[in-house]
Amino acid sequence: MSLRLSMPELGLKKRRHSFDEVALGYSAEQAIAEAKRCLQCASIKSRNIKAECVRGCPTETDIPRFVKYVSEGDFDSAIEVIKERNALPAICGRVCPYENQCEKLCILSKKGEALAIGGLERFVADHERKKNIKVSKKAETSGKIVAVIGSGPAGLTTAADLAKLGHDVTIYEALHEVGGVLMYGIPEFRLPKEIVQAEVEYVKRLGVSIQTNVVIGRSIGVEGLLEKFDAVFIGTGAGLPRFLNIPGENLNGVYSSNEFLIRTNLMKAYKFPEYDTPIKIGKKVAVIGAGNVAIDSARVALRLGGEDVCIIYRRSEKEMPARAEEIKRAKEEGIQFKLLTNPVRIIGDEGGWVKQIECVRMKLGDSDKSGRRMPIPIEDSEFTLDVDTVIIAIGQSPNPLISKVTNGLKTTRGGAIKIDENGRTSLEGVFAGGDITPGTATVIEAMSAGKRAARAIHEYISR
Amino acid sequence: MHKIITKKEIAPAVKLFEIKAPLVAKKARAGQFVILRIDENGERIPLTIANFDAQRGSITIIFHEVGKTTKQLGGLNEGDNIADIVGPLGNAMVSKKYGTVVCIGGGVGIAPIYLKIKAFKRAGNEVISIIGARTKELLILEEGIRKTSDELYIATDDGSKGHHGFVTDVLQELIDTKKNIDLVLAVGPVVMMRAVGNVTKRHGIKTVVSLNPIMIDGTGMCGACRVTIDGKSRFACVDGPEFDAHLVDFEELMNRQRIYLDEEDVALQKFEDHKCH
Ligand SMILES: Cc1cc2nc3c(=O)[nH]c(=O)nc-3n(C[C@H](O)[C@H](O)[C@H](O)COP(=O)(O)OP(=O)(O)OC[C@H]3O[C@@H](n4cnc5c(N)ncnc54)[C@H](O)[C@@H]3O)c2cc1C
Ligand SMILES: Cc1cc2nc3c(=O)[nH]c(=O)nc-3n(C[C@H](O)[C@H](O)[C@H](O)COP(=O)(O)OP(=O)(O)OC[C@H]3O[C@@H](n4cnc5c(N)ncnc54)[C@H](O)[C@@H]3O)c2cc1C
Ligand code: SF4
Ligand code: SF4
Ligand code: FES
Repeated sequence: MSLRLSMPELGLKKRRHSFDEVALGYSAEQAIAEAKRCLQCASIKSRNIKAECVRGCPTETDIPRFVKYVSEGDFDSAIEVIKERNALPAICGRVCPYENQCEKLCILSKKGEALAIGGLERFVADHERKKNIKVSKKAETSGKIVAVIGSGPAGLTTAADLAKLGHDVTIYEALHEVGGVLMYGIPEFRLPKEIVQAEVEYVKRLGVSIQTNVVIGRSIGVEGLLEKFDAVFIGTGAGLPRFLNIPGENLNGVYSSNEFLIRTNLMKAYKFPEYDTPIKIGKKVAVIGAGNVAIDSARVALRLGGEDVCIIYRRSEKEMPARAEEIKRAKEEGIQFKLLTNPVRIIGDEGGWVKQIECVRMKLGDSDKSGRRMPIPIEDSEFTLDVDTVIIAIGQSPNPLISKVTNGLKTTRGGAIKIDENGRTSLEGVFAGGDITPGTATVIEAMSAGKRAARAIHEYISR
Repeated sequence: MHKIITKKEIAPAVKLFEIKAPLVAKKARAGQFVILRIDENGERIPLTIANFDAQRGSITIIFHEVGKTTKQLGGLNEGDNIADIVGPLGNAMVSKKYGTVVCIGGGVGIAPIYLKIKAFKRAGNEVISIIGARTKELLILEEGIRKTSDELYIATDDGSKGHHGFVTDVLQELIDTKKNIDLVLAVGPVVMMRAVGNVTKRHGIKTVVSLNPIMIDGTGMCGACRVTIDGKSRFACVDGPEFDAHLVDFEELMNRQRIYLDEEDVALQKFEDHKCH
């Protein structure tokens, strides 16, 4: 059996100080060679049997079929197959945790050499973008109008699908840029903003109108939208940063990962003073947490001039929720991992700037409900680290603004908007999906929630 | 894009703009603010809505030119456009009837209290206003405030008009002499708001201040604007900007406002150099 083709990457030396994309993508020859490794496992439509890989994809992309086209060098047909299910392939091909999804179930993974499905998807999408993206066929105009709140992957997908069905869609976005976390969260070196904007352009060309700088719940309420629109979709994401609630968190030099990444990605602080928004980064940086957000923050800190950048995480490597590929790259770039370590307080100097962080060592106890072993502090194991920047990256909660001001919109205890399996909320005509709803945490899940909601909205407004 | 309809210089380095922003004007209430970004390379900065006119679809902002962004803004003219304006943001206290309300404005903080004074009057309160500034040229909106308030007191640091000293001296005197004050509202520099809080705390008078930490998104996403209120961390953009003065950690606020001093200098220097060539 031939081996999985690894993707070319930017050299390590270049990476440390550059925001250029790290993974470089396959060439056409490489893509064809990789695609030829696919065994074309049977998908039998009539009996509803799907190849293993397809079952692993939240939007059920017809992987064998698109890969077959790639192996034949017919990239145009390949992208059409992908686009049947996925409006944002250049993005998914970069940030999907495919190692846990399609590639995990790929038959070839049993030998540790899963087909590089994500890489191929990325190649095909990039190939198309270079040539100009073709707009999919659209149904006849229905005369129905739908408002979509939030322009992250959930909102963009819902809008694109509804537009294709002939509905008139307006997206309202609070920020000045379109794309949600894709723009303000995930850094340039992992997901170039030009690519996000190309996919946004595609959604616009489907006829979707996008209004930025409108905060629903402030500028207009959901009730106000319902008076005008036939249905409303809420895709406002998980934008509320969580803090540790330990002493010293408001010292100068302590950032939430959201602030750190918004300054860098959305406001382009890495280009200060060409861009006006500043960011302050010390030589010794500690990032708390070990999800994608934490790894991204650490790698950004390194690129902004941090010399000693470490991740502080209370569990062990096995439990780190970030993508394996990105953890590997972070390690290569020189990021230190202080595992089984938990911060207890942040210590400042006389000027109110962070100076040290006090941590306690942890050990793993019994498994919790999620099956992960619980970390417990080891008595009298406190120690301090010298730091001048601390980034808190322990996760985000659902954005509370809309649920706070909308009567009758039911939420969970954690603040997520409650929905049924079709994305319907407790309010008639109001749907929701993505990180604002329970249990979603990835781009592809947000997109598949958007797809489901679009179908349900279509049914609802076509009754 | 938002067009500047009117521009006035109302005091040295203090400008007033009326700007087209129909969506904001329709929903705005006294005490709320907007976040604006002048152009593609610009920073997002918060400014209080000093006035709004739903019919004209416009809002008024009054700002002090203190750094790069406010100076660049001040250089714009009628007919020019501002790329992004978002709002109205923040919660504003309801302007109901309290009885006797003292409204204190310091420097450009006088601008936001003007709308509040009007709202308090409309709600049937007796309103006593105190405005203060470094020197008399900086006393903005004096005529309007005089007309709307039941009483107006003035304080200047250099004694060029009214009481020679601070607004808190006037407040203390009001308390000492006669007044049964039900509520104090203070907007201005942090040192002023802290001083007002100290005075009223001694007398147990409910006091509200409008905090001005560094902000970015203004929608509760970044946490840059966090302030400590009664020992708990709160986001000024969504939980405020108005808070009970007696519960605010002013030291922390002042400290956090200074985070980017060095970078602000760099940005301003670059801007001024650029202007000269
Ligand atoms: C740093 C970082 C790295 C990540 N890395 C990965 C990864 O590698 N792979 C992966 O699959 N997932 C990753 N994720 C998670 C993924 O980005 C999210 O799950 C996904 O973006 C959720 O999509 P969404 O559409 O629900 O919300 P979001 O992308 O959060 O978009 C919500 C949008 O709604 C807007 N909004 C909020 N409130 C309002 C309002 N009141 N009115 C108008 N607009 C509003 C927001 O401004 C925002 O633009 C990462 C997340 C972060 C933060
Ligand atoms: C809710 C709120 C309402 C405000 N209303 C008014 C107003 O009506 N009129 C007015 O003149 N000023 C107002 N301010 C202050 C105004 O936002 C700052 O003066 C402005 O951001 C300065 O930007 P700069 O680039 O010109 O100056 P800089 O040189 O960048 O900064 C000068 C000082 O302003 C503060 N500042 C800098 N950037 C920001 C930012 N992004 N957000 C908040 N503060 C910042 C810092 O403390 C800094 O030291 C308000 C602030 C807040 C939070
Ligand atoms: S969308 Fe994600 S999970 Fe689906 S095929 Fe593409 S990379 Fe795999
Ligand atoms: S499981 Fe793997 S080998 Fe089989 S069709 Fe899917 S990608 Fe190809
Ligand atoms: S300004 Fe970002 S949370 Fe308040």
